[in-house]
Amino acid sequence: MSETIVKVVVCSGTACYVMGGSELLLLDDHIPAKWKGRLELEGSPCLGYCKDKTSGKAPFAMVDGELIPQATIPEILRKIGEKLGDR
Amino acid sequence: MHYNNNAALVKRELLISLIKLMLEDRLEEGIDKIPYEMTRDPDYQPIRCCVHHDREILKSRLLARLGFSVEQYVDDGTPLSVYAREALARERISAPILTVLDDACNACVKTQFMVTNACQGCLARPCMMNCPKKAVTIVDGHAVIDNAKCINCGICQQVCPYHAIIKIPVPCEEACPVGAISKDANGKERIDYEKCIFCGNCMRECPFGAMMDKSQIIDVLAAKKRGKKLAALFAPAVAGQFKASLGKLVSALEKAGFDAVYEVARGADITAEKEAHEFAEQMEQGEPFMTTSCCPAYVETVRKHLPELKKRVSDTKTPMHYTAEIAANEKPDHLRVFIGPCLAKRKEGIDDPLVDYVLSVEEIGALFVAMGIDVAEMEEKNLDQEALAGGRSFAWSGGVSTAVQAYLPKHIPFKPETIDGLTKESFRVLKSWSEGKNTGNLLEVMACMGGCVAGPSTITNPKVATMQLRKIAEASKGVEATAEASASSKTPASTPAPTVPVGVA
Repeated sequence: MSETIVKVVVCSGTACYVMGGSELLLLDDHIPAKWKGRLELEGSPCLGYCKDKTSGKAPFAMVDGELIPQATIPEILRKIGEKLGDR
Repeated sequence: MHYNNNAALVKRELLISLIKLMLEDRLEEGIDKIPYEMTRDPDYQPIRCCVHHDREILKSRLLARLGFSVEQYVDDGTPLSVYAREALARERISAPILTVLDDACNACVKTQFMVTNACQGCLARPCMMNCPKKAVTIVDGHAVIDNAKCINCGICQQVCPYHAIIKIPVPCEEACPVGAISKDANGKERIDYEKCIFCGNCMRECPFGAMMDKSQIIDVLAAKKRGKKLAALFAPAVAGQFKASLGKLVSALEKAGFDAVYEVARGADITAEKEAHEFAEQMEQGEPFMTTSCCPAYVETVRKHLPELKKRVSDTKTPMHYTAEIAANEKPDHLRVFIGPCLAKRKEGIDDPLVDYVLSVEEIGALFVAMGIDVAEMEEKNLDQEALAGGRSFAWSGGVSTAVQAYLPKHIPFKPETIDGLTKESFRVLKSWSEGKNTGNLLEVMACMGGCVAGPSTITNPKVATMQLRKIAEASKGVEATAEASASSKTPASTPAPTVPVGVA
């Protein structure tokens, strides 16, 4: 398994917060030990996707540049697993 | 139930849609289409039997969002626009502040224990052996519970080595700490408002979102349209609800249409000081203990269920009241709109002549979204007068007693204890204190576990919100120095304003 670093960005803009985005800031508590050191987690000011109807619904997160609308912690974890080649 | 769940999100989406229409002056024209727009997606998966039932429920949700009670609502074909017109024209909001949506209520079966097919029909048969009512028998090698005999004690569930027995609860009834919810003849839940303390637990816990608070956002926006000036009084907990500084929150509230913004933490500073004086007086008179009075769900609990505790509840008014007093003096022509995480505050707002409206964090968040306001992108603005760390700490469990302590003279013994969440269990603790079995001398009572940061009308995860709020409080002017000053001075408990210096940003 390669030692890729996956970057996770969670939007904490107001629209995402109102639709439950604050939960995503607890992502760190859900990262399995085997992934430690291979992830970069970051909370971000409004990413702007809420203004574009074609992007889907808030809350938004990005995993290695890939957008996740209506993001949940399990959904983000699934995507990280995919990126790390560890499903 | 988790704070952010689909039921909560649907309610917020409705609010955003309503507010958008209101801001575009198209409420009457557009409101009837909302249930269709929300279910228009070709991949829409019905929640209940079909999309038509879902739309019918969305209609009654919209009625609650317009501020109507819906217990007696029968859809007779009257369009929502007719109700919208009525909401826009009304001058006063009506009690009760909660309502039950019959269409949404699942009429959950009465709480029961059920044996699943994980039952192995074992030799030990602890379920059968330990049942105090002999309600468990073995039929074809499996345990069966006779519901006519079962008293829901739960022993069979606890003793089954295979975890084969499950409890199917009625979540709203289970969440209610005072037994105010029960079924009517049709199995639908009813709230007994003579018993209800407006803690909001049922609203938070119902998996079908059948309990809703009656919104006041339409009333506030309509008043603004009529040319009224608005003062926002935001509760200490609100500062933890958005990922932004206090100064940006103030700008956001101004941009959303408020002509003046007051921090209710300032009123909390006054409450803390007065409560400290009152407490010192009570202790010097040899009284056994005093309880805080800032949580309206707790005060309602005492009034309706523990009248014997009434003489122990502090007579000091709430932070909302003192802040409304300041606003009324400074801006007498402004309508005073409290913004908070709390459901019971809506009740307190109706009872307090100084408060005109009470909005929830959900409503204010939806207003921001509808107006495209991102709090973090706002300009940093200084509050005219800043609250102290003590007042800003009122929103988490333990914060009130710490703030009170800071104003206490050193010679007064201080043994604070906290009721962190009103539940059936903590209710018993309250009862035992009222019977003289108190284990401390100041009891801080928070109806919500964790404090106001975990209120039923919040949008942010309580853990995240508490971290944010602590950061803000820690950067505020402390009360340590003033506590000593307060201890040596002989300020009477009835001083109209806090005698503490006010911090500058």
